[in-house]
Amino acid sequence: MIDLRAVSKWFGTFQVLKDCTTRVAKGEVVVVCGPSGSGKSTLIKAVNGLEPFQKGEIFVNGISVGDPRTNLPKLRAHIGMVFQNFELFPHMSITANLTLAQVKVLGRSREEAEAKGLKLLDRVGLLSQKDKFPGQLSGGQQQRVAIARALSMDPIAMLFDEPTSALDPEMINEVLDVMVELAREGMTMMVVTHEMGFARKVAHRVVFMDHGQIVEDCPKDDFFGSPRSERAQAFLSKILHH
Amino acid sequence: MDWKVLLEQAPSGGMTYLGWLASGLFWTLAVSACAWVIAFAVGSVVGVARTVPLAAARLAATAYVELFRNIPLLVQMFLWYFVMPEVIPKDWGDWLKQDMPNLLTLPFAAQFSLWEFTAAVLCLGLYTASRVAEQVRSGIQSLPRGQTSAGLAIGLTLPQVYRHVTLPMAYRIIIPPMTSEFLTIFKNSSTALTIGVLELTAQSRQISEYTFKTFEAFTAATLIYIAITMTVIFAMRALEKRVAVPGYIAQGGGH
Repeated sequence: MIDLRAVSKWFGTFQVLKDCTTRVAKGEVVVVCGPSGSGKSTLIKAVNGLEPFQKGEIFVNGISVGDPRTNLPKLRAHIGMVFQNFELFPHMSITANLTLAQVKVLGRSREEAEAKGLKLLDRVGLLSQKDKFPGQLSGGQQQRVAIARALSMDPIAMLFDEPTSALDPEMINEVLDVMVELAREGMTMMVVTHEMGFARKVAHRVVFMDHGQIVEDCPKDDFFGSPRSERAQAFLSKILHH
Repeated sequence: MDWKVLLEQAPSGGMTYLGWLASGLFWTLAVSACAWVIAFAVGSVVGVARTVPLAAARLAATAYVELFRNIPLLVQMFLWYFVMPEVIPKDWGDWLKQDMPNLLTLPFAAQFSLWEFTAAVLCLGLYTASRVAEQVRSGIQSLPRGQTSAGLAIGLTLPQVYRHVTLPMAYRIIIPPMTSEFLTIFKNSSTALTIGVLELTAQSRQISEYTFKTFEAFTAATLIYIAITMTVIFAMRALEKRVAVPGYIAQGGGH
């Protein structure tokens, strides 16, 4: 489904991604973790072409992301993405947020888009908020709307870029619950997160990054059981002891 | 003080001096409104062009802004009116200077041609566009970068992101500075008198010359300018309220 082959990226002379190779199979949930500045956000943004890269190749469903001939908007329409800061469109009602791209990108009728959007809004438990604006919702609620917005495009895979890092602690679980449910339904997911509880619960594989490199890429049980690299062990011991 | 002078018959135009003021007001509003349409349209395009990921577009837009905002408005007025007809092919220049219809036949008659009016509108519009462009650019750049990413990630094209995501918020954010630009265009329209447009300032100067009632003539003009700007301020406040986003608190680049 998502296939990264030796992806490298430089900001000027600074290399932020070094020969990153990994893949996410259909229905697989892969958690990407690592210390800040390790390149994990850059890597996940490269998957849908938000971050250009200079070397290597990324294929999503067989389509090359780096190929200049690829119709990126069309490709992105089928890959859901959830951001750290939610990024709902503040001047639009929740309903309008859910329907905009369905109408403009997929060409659905307004009624069809609204029915779909509201169904998903109901699924994340926020149907009663449909006429509100993003600024009137809590962070956790906004992030659940953002997930519903991404799902309304019928994505073949979902990318999560630190979806809970900007949330107050008491709101993290309501977002994780939605993600867990999604994972259990078989959605293909690539998730950058520090939530090791989430990784333990639903991840199939864990990718550990440091200094732009993929240091570990192994099944979840191996990662939590006996991470091979010292760097990953140190990272785990630091975040698990709190 | 002798305000009754304004009701006396003026020597031309078949109207009173108050009629001259009204005529001046009409042309002030006409020049300003036409120039604002140009300023808003051109300024929006140039402002957007300064933010797109296309080096050539950014360069052209930056050149435009620096060119138009670094030459004094009065000099630009002379460049459009006196110099431009000389540098274009002679036939066209002559046509502009001699054959543009005279505005005498229009209501609120005054003795200047459509060429003077056009030069004033172009000058004021394109000059103000450079300032509007900077406001639009700063509005777009004040939004979190993630907004554009989110728009692109959901499958919108970059023009669609501007149309539906970035610009609607950017325009809301820049309403206060745009109010200033809009006010300034009315006040700057008085420079059009230097190329012969008989707008409000020109008419009050004319009245003071004919009647020697300097205080009355310019006080009247002052009050009319204040009335215009107050109207603009109230209208823009109403607009700001109308388009306010519920629950949105101005944010400095983040959430």
